[in-house]
Amino acid sequence: MSMLNSDNLTFEYIRRDEEGNVESITKALDGVSLEIKKGDFVAILGHNGSGKSTFAKHINAILMPTEGTLYVDGMDTREEEHLWDIRQRAGMVFQNPDNQIIATVVEEDVGFGPENLGVPTEEIWKRVEESLKAVGMYEYRTHSPNKLSGGQKQRVAIAGIMAMKPQCIVLDEPTAMLDPNGRREVIRTVRELNRREKVTVLLITHYMEEVIHADKVIVMDDGKIVMQGTPREIFSQVEKLKSYRMDVPQVTELSYELKRAGMPLPDGILSVEEFVEACGRLRQSGGFGE
Amino acid sequence: MIRDITIGQYYPADSLLHRLDPRVKISGTLLYIISLFLVKNLWGYLAAALVLAAVIRISKVPFGYIIKGLKAVIILLLFTVCFNLFLTSGTPVFEWKFIRITKEGLYLAFSMAVRLTLLILGSSLMTFTTTPNELTDGMESLLSPLKKIHVPVHEVAMMMSIALRFIPILLEETDKIMKAQQARGADFETGGIIKRAKAMIPILVPLFISAFRRAGDLAMAMEARCYHGGAGRTKMKPLHYHRRDGLAWVAMAAFVALIIASRKF
Repeated sequence: MSMLNSDNLTFEYIRRDEEGNVESITKALDGVSLEIKKGDFVAILGHNGSGKSTFAKHINAILMPTEGTLYVDGMDTREEEHLWDIRQRAGMVFQNPDNQIIATVVEEDVGFGPENLGVPTEEIWKRVEESLKAVGMYEYRTHSPNKLSGGQKQRVAIAGIMAMKPQCIVLDEPTAMLDPNGRREVIRTVRELNRREKVTVLLITHYMEEVIHADKVIVMDDGKIVMQGTPREIFSQVEKLKSYRMDVPQVTELSYELKRAGMPLPDGILSVEEFVEACGRLRQSGGFGE
Repeated sequence: MIRDITIGQYYPADSLLHRLDPRVKISGTLLYIISLFLVKNLWGYLAAALVLAAVIRISKVPFGYIIKGLKAVIILLLFTVCFNLFLTSGTPVFEWKFIRITKEGLYLAFSMAVRLTLLILGSSLMTFTTTPNELTDGMESLLSPLKKIHVPVHEVAMMMSIALRFIPILLEETDKIMKAQQARGADFETGGIIKRAKAMIPILVPLFISAFRRAGDLAMAMEARCYHGGAGRTKMKPLHYHRRDGLAWVAMAAFVALIIASRKF
């Protein structure tokens, strides 16, 4: 079953002058076609202005396609009557943790989504407890969000989405404003939700380290999908990635350079452990050529 | 300076007053204020003051903490006293050059001061014992009859609670902007009032821009979480009347009766 299915999705930002004449048209999305299966962890990478956030906003029906279609769990996002269904099924976490927390107490914020859906009071409490436990923020339920760290706030925001029982979570650069610790915290939480609760995750980011555990990586540039595949497939094409102004994880870059300098290392090394292992094998086989 | 205002702050404690339904506390405060204006003589004020003192005891909020709330309005208090003292006509008790104090003026100044003090203490006691969320919930529920004449009660309550959430964030941001400008040589500390007020303008502009951006983001996040107004919404913490709320109503009725009775003396 596919969770998301987009066909030739195009979105244009139209800028008009004072008389309403079209001044310029910017294609933020240009013929994006992709399919995301239920339960997958998919990462979208892209430089600023590559259209990745615009795509995310389509999934939640905040933006409507200019051309093409997008189906969320089989529902067309352009059909008004599905609007709330779509938003319940595909929850969205935004970049700035401060600007998406509504209540002055953590548990009340997590309850905001279910309240809007008209869930009965007892069920709300159950859901709030479950989702706060799922993100490891249960001990903070009576705290004020202002006193939490960025990573904790972002986990509260994720809990707020989980309490709506979505099938898919879209995270639009959730770690862009966090410190390295907060980033790790959030990514670990998201991976666990994907594994344990089988939620489909669509992670939009420009940090390479965050995508190495994804099932699938999509690279966007200038509103188009330019690369698609497993993290290993993507990161073995260092040259191509660089042409889209993207960096690769440090260890991947190191092994790429070493290979270019003549060391017979495999392509697409993603972690330090892998690198150490590959070097060890090389040494045993005398590949260092002493 | 903005942080010093204690009116409207919540004082966490576990007391009967804290546990009362917010609707009871809001109506109670209103009743108290109205009855203050029904008072005609000294006995009435004494009764009102004693009752308030007793309620403060029950609330477990330290007395000194509540008195601090008066600091913010001390100027207003002095003004009212002076105006009433010097500008009321009647039988003079003291005369010196153009200053003239009358018997009626003395009484009026005294009663206004007591009235205002009790009024401020009484209403700040309500905010000390009620969380902002309970307060907005209570207001929403009390004002809900106005929905029939198309007053957007739910929306106003939502706006209030969002405003409360963003006050500390915007204060922090103001601080950041001021520091950033001071680092580049802006001067907020010297000069007269007008010069200082002018120095604030470059702070307000970026503050407003950022507040609008936050508002846009928040609206999007709320929509993404299926917010579509008050219709069809359930409550995580619905308000329920308990036995203690009924008892509070009885006590309040007795108080009003006492005040009305005191007019006869």
